[in-house]
Parts: sequence; structure tokens; C-alpha cells
Amino acid sequence: MVTTLEPQIETQPRTAVGKDGPYHSALTSWAPAAGEPAWLQTARRIGLNRFSELGFPTPRDEDWRFTNLAPLTALPFRLAPSASDHVVNGETLASLPFAQLPGDRLVFVDGRFAPERSAIQPHTGGVVVTNLAAALETHAGALEPHLTRLASSEGQAFTALNEAFFTDGAFIHLPARRAVADPIRLVFIATGCEPGAAVFTRNLIVAGAASQATVIEQYISLGTDPHVTNAVTELATDDGAAIEHMRLQDENESAFHLAAFHGRLGRSTNLNLHSLALGARLSRYNIRACLAGEGIEAVLNGLYLADGQRLADHHMIVDHAQPNCASHEYFNGILADKSKGVFHGRILVRPGAQKTDAKQTNKNMLLSDEATADTKPQLEIYADDVKCTHGATIGQLHPEHIFYLRARGIPLETARRMLIHAFAGEIIDRVRSTPIRSELDQIVWDRLERHEPVHVGAHN
Amino acid sequence: MSQPILEIKDLHAGVQGKHILRGVNLTVNPGEVHAIMGPNGSGKSTLAAVLAGRDGYDIVSGEAHYLGQNLLELDPEERAREGLFLAFQYPVEIPGVNSTYFLKAALNELRKHRGLPELDAVEFLQFVKERIHLLELDEALLKRAVNVGFSGGEKKRNEIFQMAVLEPKLAVLDETDSGLDIDALRVVANGVNKLKRDDNAQLVITHYQRLLDYIVPDFVHVLCGGRIATSGGKELALALEAKGYDWILGCNTCAGCAAEAA
Ligand SMILES: Nc1ncnc2c1ncn2[C@@H]1O[C@H](COP(=O)(O)OP(=O)(O)OP(=O)(O)O)[C@@H](O)[C@H]1O
Ligand SMILES: [Mg+2]
Repeated sequence: MVTTLEPQIETQPRTAVGKDGPYHSALTSWAPAAGEPAWLQTARRIGLNRFSELGFPTPRDEDWRFTNLAPLTALPFRLAPSASDHVVNGETLASLPFAQLPGDRLVFVDGRFAPERSAIQPHTGGVVVTNLAAALETHAGALEPHLTRLASSEGQAFTALNEAFFTDGAFIHLPARRAVADPIRLVFIATGCEPGAAVFTRNLIVAGAASQATVIEQYISLGTDPHVTNAVTELATDDGAAIEHMRLQDENESAFHLAAFHGRLGRSTNLNLHSLALGARLSRYNIRACLAGEGIEAVLNGLYLADGQRLADHHMIVDHAQPNCASHEYFNGILADKSKGVFHGRILVRPGAQKTDAKQTNKNMLLSDEATADTKPQLEIYADDVKCTHGATIGQLHPEHIFYLRARGIPLETARRMLIHAFAGEIIDRVRSTPIRSELDQIVWDRLERHEPVHVGAHN
Repeated sequence: MSQPILEIKDLHAGVQGKHILRGVNLTVNPGEVHAIMGPNGSGKSTLAAVLAGRDGYDIVSGEAHYLGQNLLELDPEERAREGLFLAFQYPVEIPGVNSTYFLKAALNELRKHRGLPELDAVEFLQFVKERIHLLELDEALLKRAVNVGFSGGEKKRNEIFQMAVLEPKLAVLDETDSGLDIDALRVVANGVNKLKRDDNAQLVITHYQRLLDYIVPDFVHVLCGGRIATSGGKELALALEAKGYDWILGCNTCAGCAAEAA
């Protein structure tokens, strides 16, 4: 299957915010919450205005060429009302991935913190793990330099919307030299109580010099109705911080999931960022990493699985602003049925960012003739002493591999699964935390197992 | 006389419209070692592929029976579970599939088929370690992905190591000797010899007499133009080594060689 390069026909004009558009009343009736700091009220207003100007992206936007939002923009716009925490019982929580891990658990139900469902250990040394709404009251000063400033909403319709409407999320603050050993788990549950309702969440992680933490974000749906998740995470790191950030998106097959990660990395930061996109009808994850100091090592690692008519889109901008940094992007997609994978990877090496080592690979395995993958690398290099590579492959299971396994007595279906699993394993193996890695491995294996039978490419 | 392990009768087969095997006849009995020699492109690997059941090969006519069953009707995995083993001429690298995991899956499929209980991880490791030493392979290879980054020689030894683990009834070794240094050749040949029993058989495809100094065949066949042009005892290999294939009566006139010469 070849990469589709023709832009799609525009099917959705920018009317979402127009007089008859679904967002019209929400936007015109919007007023900032009275208790919020003035700087945030200002930011929200900016977000609102930006979205009103931008409207939804269309396939005419270069960054949205392959991802048609028409089904999303056709939905009526509704902010999710606050759901009762009781919709989520202990049993549900216990059945979720990573439930057995030690460490803090912050549960958000339809975008609002659910304290009774959460468990936060006491932290010492100034480490703060709390929900953003609470932090706005207690730590407004610590938030102000970062919140909504790391994730620019300029030209970004969904980030702008999020800026205007986010209700809550997590705030994690790690002072210098503090390490939180156990993973901090953020659980975002969409109840789907109101079909089509939109949830806006925002997380902020501020990591001081030589601090260390592992953060998991996981997104799930309780029901099967369509709902919209718009989630933005901001990260700022200081010299030598080491952060592992894992995102597991496993929402229902009707969900629309629009997410962004904006990281501003300080000198010698070590960032391991993982994206597992397993669910949603349409998912888009914008990853923006600004390497703002020397000696940074960033690994951006992702796996997407899609079947049916689902679409998984990753859109990366890695901005090498300083010399001697390494960024390695690895994204693998496994696409069945009529699903679609989209990968856009832009690497920007600014003038003076010498000795940059930037690497990008995107590999897609198509399990059906009707699955498609669109991949678009984009290198913009303004320094001369750099090593930048990119590679993309789109292929099917290798018949030689299958035959080798069968010739040793392994049944065809098992052989296929072993190979697909191995392909997923390339990504999963990069997760540093062992318990997280093994659990992910199991989740992905179960998911692949569920999808039977898979298709092998040419038989000869 | 016991049942033959393999009985091929007038087998014609091809791939992608190319007629390659043109009437192969071959009978292999328990306890026998057969060598198949023959010029490049004469169809040796094709014969091995057809026996192992590789996709894409067309059987034009003829028969192949394996322990009394119609071999050509079986899926490759069924053949393997019945004890047919192909040591590949070019073992393929399989990224991401761990060698131990792969071998354990293969062995347990076989054991299941034979009505034996599956081996647990400890038993399996014990068993495998004995065998890997037989081939003087580094245990660390077990932790790596199947054949990935193995040297040419390691890949070949790994094939025979797998053979040692799976203990086939009929092993087809396709140029296992090519790419091996002298020491490795001896190790591999030793391994193969240790696996030889009265109730199994080996079909050794090679270009070189060298291997047959170690693995002494009961029969040597020369495949030429998709047919067995001549057969003999182990002295035939020596004659071939000395005089080349041209010497074989009729070889210059068979269709394949004539085409090659043209
Ligand atoms: N997939 C294929 N498509 C077309 N021709 C093929 C294919 N596979 C093999 N052949 C041809 O069939 C003939 C026999 O090939 P085969 O690999 O069986 O030879 P061989 O005797 O094993 O040779 P060698 O000693 O070089 O290993 C060759 O001419 C080869 O090019
Ligand atoms: Mg060959």
C-alpha cells in the first residue's frame, strides 16, 4: 500500500463557530469562572477568541491533510456536566490497567477530580501532587509562569478550546533533586452520561533540576456512546530532570480524542515519552518537544493499533533549539480492516544547534488491503554539523518470517500473532519501568489476540 | 523391511510458472543418510522447499509420501510436527521474536502433537542448554531475537541446534556447510551425527565433499536439471570432487544443463 498524498476533499466548512454552528452558543455564553486568577481568565479569553477565529481545522490545513474531522464537527457541542463520582465504582477502577501499581492515583471523572476515587500519598520535600483546580487556589504562583504558557494555542484550534474550557487535571511539582519512585497515575474516565459531551482536561508537570518521576496518563470510556476528549499536558523541566511519561489512550470506538503534549526541556533533561493509542474512533496526539538546553536526550516512542474504520494520528514537532541534543522518535502502527494511521514528524534544527542527533522512524504494518498509512517526515535543518535521519515503512507481515515459524511446527495463526506482537514489542521494549512495560505488553497482546484472523501479505 | 520415511515418485514442481523439478524419484529409509549434490540452480533448494511445504510452489505431478502419509497435502506446520525438519540454506532474521520463546513454542507444539506434556520454563531451559553446548553455541544467543545479528556461521549452527531440540525423523539440511569455517563444520557435522538414529534419516544437500568426510552418506544423488541424473555410494561424491559435474553421463544433454550452457 502506498502513501496517499492527495489531499482529501474538504467536506466540512468552518461553520462550527458560525451563527448556526454547534459551538456558537457555548462561545457566546462563555464567562470565566469568578474565582480564577486574572491571568488565567485572560488566557481563557485568548483561547476562546483564537478558536472563534480559527474554527476547526479542515483537510486544507497542511497539518490536518490526512485526518478529516467532519464526523467530529458534526457533533453538537456540549460541555460534559459534572458526573457523580459514584458512576465509577471501586471494581471498575481495580480492573483498569496499572491498577496494581503502587504510587499516587488521581482519578478524573468527566474532567473533574474525584477525590474519593483517588489516593495520594503524603509527599515530603516540597513535592506536590494534586489536582489543578485545587492547585489554582493553593499554588497559583507556581502555576502562573507555566500554565497555558508552555502549550501555545496560537494556530491550534483544539489547544485554544482547551485553554478556554479545561475544568481540571493534575498538577505535579517536583522541586530540585526530588525523586518520586512510584509512578504517578492519572486516570481520566469519560462516563459518556451525555452522548457527545466534551471533556477538557489540562495537566501541568513542573520538574526541577535533577528531579525524577514517572507519570502515567490513561484515558478510558465507561460507555460506548461517542464522546469528545480534549486533553493537554504541559511539562517544564530544569537541568538534568529525568521524566518518563506514559500515555495510554484506550477510549471507546466512537470517541474523539484530541490531545497535546507540550514539553519545554531544560539542559540535560532525559525525557522518555510513550504514546499508546489503542482506542477511539479518531485520535490525534500533538507532541511538541522544545529542546531548550544542551545535552538533552529525548525519546518519543509510540504504538498505535487501529481496526474497523478508526484513525490514529500522531503529529510531532521536535524543536532542537540548542546544541548537543539527541531526539529519537520511534512510532509503529498496526492497522487492520479499513483503519488509518497518520504520522507527521517535523524535526526543526535551529541555527546554532550543532551536534544535533535527531532520528525518526515510523513503521506501519497493514493487516488488510484496505488499511492505509500516511506518513510525512519533515526536516528543517539550519545547522551544518548535525545527524538527522528519518525513515518510514509501510508493509505487511513478511511471508518468509511466517514460513520459518511454520516450518518449526508453529501454527499459522500463532505465527502471525507472534510477528505482529514482535512489531509492537519494538516499541513496548523501550518503556523503562518494568511493571509498566510488562503490563502494556499483556494489554497489547490481548488486544491483538482479539483481532482475528489477521491477513498476511503476498503468499509467495 | 520397514516403511520408508520418504518416498518421492516422479515429482514435477515449479514456482512462478518456472518448471524446476522434472521427475524426481527418491526413497529414504530409516537409518539412512542421503546426500544430494548438483550444480547451482539444479533444483536442490526447490526440492527442500517443496518437501517443507513453502507457499508458492506448484506441484505439477507426482507424489511424495512421508511415513505413509501424503506429504504434499500437509501444511508446513503439520509436516514439522510429524518430524520433518528443514535446515534453511538462508535462515531468515526475525526481529522481535525471542529465540527462547520461539523454540519453546515450537517444541511444545511438537510435544503436544506427540501426546507429551508441555515442558515448563525450567525443564525447557535445562533441555535446551544441553543441546546448545552440543553445537558449541553461546547461550547468550538464546536471549536474542531469532537469527538477528547472528553471524553467517551462527545462523547455520543455530539451524542444527534447533534440529537437536526438535529431534526430527527426517532432517533436510540445505547447504548447512556453506559459510562455516573448518572448526564450525566439524562441530555441526558432529552434532548432526549425534542426532542420527536407526529410526530417523537425513537428507544432506551440499556442494562439497568436505562435509561428507564428516557426515558419511549411505547414498549420494546428483540432481541436475530438476532430475536425479545419477546416484551412487559415498565414492560418487569423491569422483564429483575430482572431476566436476560435466563428467556425469547425460548431464550435458539434460534440458536444464543445456539451457545453462546456452
Ligand atoms: N521464486 C522463484 N522464481 C523464479 N525462479 C526461481 C524461484 N526460485 C528458484 N527459482 C529458479 O529455480 C532454479 C532452481 O533453484 P534452486 O534454488 O532450487 O537451486 P539450487 O540447486 O538450490 O541452487 P544452489 O546450489 O545455487 O543453492 C534456479 O534457476 C532458480 O533461479
Ligand atoms: Mg540451494
